[in-house]
Amino acid sequence: MDGLTLFIQQIINGLRVGSVYALIALGYTMVYGIIRLINFAHGDFIMVGAYALFFTVPVMIAAGMPPWLSVFAAILVCATTGVLVEKLAYSPVRAKGNKMTALITAIAMALFLENLAQTLFGANPKQVKTIFDLPQVFGVSGNTVLTIILGVVVMIALSLYVKYTKTGQAMRAVSEDKDASLLMGINVNRTITITFAIGSGLAAIASLMYVAQYNQVTNMMGSMLGLKAFVAAVLGGIGIIPGAMLGGLVIGIVESLSKAYIAPLTGGLITSAFSDAIVFSILIVVLLVKPAGILGKNTGEKV
Amino acid sequence: MDNQKVRTKKLLVSLVGVGVLMLAVFIFDSLGMMDNYIRGIFIQSCFAIIMVTSLNLVMGYLGQIALGHAGFMAVGAYTSALVTKAIGLAIKAETMAPISPMLQFFIGILCGALAAALFGLIVGIPALRLRGDYLAIITLGFGEIIRVVIQNLPFAGGKGLASGQAGQALIGIMRMNDIYVIMLVTMVCVGIMIAFVRSKFGRAIMAIRDDDIASSSTGLNTTYYKVLTFVFSAFFAGVAGAIYAHRGLGTLQHSDFTFLKSTEYVIMVVLGGMGSMTGAVVAAITLSVLPEALRAFSEYRMLVYSVMLILVMMFRPTGLFGSYEFSLYQLLTKRRKKAVEPEQTAAKGDN
Repeated sequence: MDGLTLFIQQIINGLRVGSVYALIALGYTMVYGIIRLINFAHGDFIMVGAYALFFTVPVMIAAGMPPWLSVFAAILVCATTGVLVEKLAYSPVRAKGNKMTALITAIAMALFLENLAQTLFGANPKQVKTIFDLPQVFGVSGNTVLTIILGVVVMIALSLYVKYTKTGQAMRAVSEDKDASLLMGINVNRTITITFAIGSGLAAIASLMYVAQYNQVTNMMGSMLGLKAFVAAVLGGIGIIPGAMLGGLVIGIVESLSKAYIAPLTGGLITSAFSDAIVFSILIVVLLVKPAGILGKNTGEKV
Repeated sequence: MDNQKVRTKKLLVSLVGVGVLMLAVFIFDSLGMMDNYIRGIFIQSCFAIIMVTSLNLVMGYLGQIALGHAGFMAVGAYTSALVTKAIGLAIKAETMAPISPMLQFFIGILCGALAAALFGLIVGIPALRLRGDYLAIITLGFGEIIRVVIQNLPFAGGKGLASGQAGQALIGIMRMNDIYVIMLVTMVCVGIMIAFVRSKFGRAIMAIRDDDIASSSTGLNTTYYKVLTFVFSAFFAGVAGAIYAHRGLGTLQHSDFTFLKSTEYVIMVVLGGMGSMTGAVVAAITLSVLPEALRAFSEYRMLVYSVMLILVMMFRPTGLFGSYEFSLYQLLTKRRKKAVEPEQTAAKGDN
C-alpha cells in the first residue's frame, strides 16, 4: 500500500471513530449546555445501550427482523436510564448543593453504572452478533460509511430540532437563562428531562455504531470512550451542537493519525501507545489557549 | 490564659496523644496480634491517610476538584522506587558507602515527594488558571498522561533503570514495612498539613475558596496560593506513593494509578467531609479497613461506595464530618471545666 492510500485509510478510520465520539459528544454538550454539568455518567450510557443491544439483537434475529431494529429498544433503555439518573440523583443534588457536589454525583453515578453492570453481567467482555452485513463501498467497509453518514444525519436532525421546534427553543432559552425562562412560562424541569432523554438516546445510537464495529460489550467500555468524547465536546466548544460534531471528528482523526504516524515522526520516541495521552494533551492545549473551544465565544466573567 | 501558653499546651496534648497512639500500636504488636495481614492493612491505611488529607487540601480547603491525584502518587512511587533501587545497586557495586535501609527509604521518600511536587508545579500552573469543571477535567487529563508516559518509560519497567523494559511492572523494589517508621512518617505529614491549614496560608486559601474575586481584590495573589497548595498537596501524594512503592510487595504497576484510583481517594475525601482533616483521616482508615473486613462482599465494594456517595451528596453535601475537627485538647479541657465550673463554660459557649 502506498503512502497516500494509507493516509486516506487513516483519515477514514479517524472519521469512523470520530463519528462515534461526535455522537457521544452531542449528548455531553446538550446536557452541559442546559444544566452546566459534566455528565460523567454519559459514557456509561453507551455501555447501557450496548448491553441493551446485546440482549435484544438475538431476540430480533429469532423473530426474523433485521437486527438493527433493536436500536430502538436500546434508545428506549438509554433514554429511560438518562431520565432516571436525572430525576433520582442529579435533580435532588442540584436543588441542594453547588457545582462541586453535582460533579461528584455525576462521577458517583458513572461508578454506580459501571459496577452495577459488572455485578449483573460480569466483568468479561460479551460478544454481540453481527448487526450489519454490508458490502464494501469503494474499498471502504460498509459499516464505516454507515457510521459516518448516520453521524452527520443525526447532527443535522438535532440542529434543526433545537433550532425550529418549540421544545428546542425552550432548551436554548433554558441554557441561556434558567430563571428568565421560568418566568416566560417554560417548564424548565420538563425541558431538562427531555434534554436528558435525547442525549441518552443519542448514546444508544452511538452504542449501535460502536457495537457494529467492535462486536463487543464490557462494563468499562464507556469510561474511556466517554472521556474522549468529552474532550471532543470541549474542543468544539461545549454547549454548541456543530462544535461537538466537529470536535468528535477532529479527535477521531488526530487519534487515528497519531497511531499511524507518531512513531516514525518522532523516531520512535513517542509510540502509538501514547495516543490517549495525545488526546488529553489536545484538551489541555485547547483549555489553555481557547477555553471556549473552536466554535465558542469567549465570555468575560461577571463580578 | 494567654495565647502562647494555650498553644504550648495544645502541642503538648497532641504529642501525648501521638505517644499514646504509638504505645497502643506497640502493645498491640508485642502481644502478637499484628500478623503480616494486619500490618498490610495498617500500611494501606497510612498511605491512604496521607493521600486523602493531601487531596483534602485541594478539594476541601482550596475548593477545587482534582481528579488526577493518583498521577502524583505514581510519580512519587516510581521515583522513590527507582532511587532506592539505584542506591541499592550503587552499594552493591561498592561505588557508594553502605547506608542503612531506613536512610535509603527516607532518601527515596524525599526524592519521590520532590518529584511529585515538581509535577504538581508543572500541572498546577496551567491547570489552576481554570476552575470548577474544567480544572477537574484537566487534572484528570494530566493524571492519565502521567500514567501513560510512565507506562512507556523503559527505565520504569521490568527490573528497572538500565536493565528496564517499558510496559512491564517494576519489580524487585526494596521492602520497607516497619509499621513504626511508616506511622511516624504519616503523623508527621498529617501534622505538617494541619499546621499548613491553620497558618496564614491556610486562611488565605480558605478565603479564596469562599470567594475568589473578593479575596483577589483584597490583595491576595490567588494564583500563587492556588499553585502553592497544589504543589504542597502533590508533595504529600508523592510521600504516599513512596510508602506505597515500598509497602512490601516489591512490585509497582502503572495500572495501579488509573483514573479509578484517583476517584477512590476523591470518594474518601467527600465522604469524610471536605475541609475536615479529622474526616479525611477517619474516612481513609474506615474505607481501607472496611473492604478487608467485608472481604466476602468485595465484589460490591465500589457499588456500595457509589451509592453512599450519591446519598451523602443528596443529604449531607458537606460530607459526613462537614468541617468538624476533633481536638484532644478541647475534649480534655471541656471535660475538666465542666466538672469545675459548668456555668462559665455554658456562658462562653453563647459567645
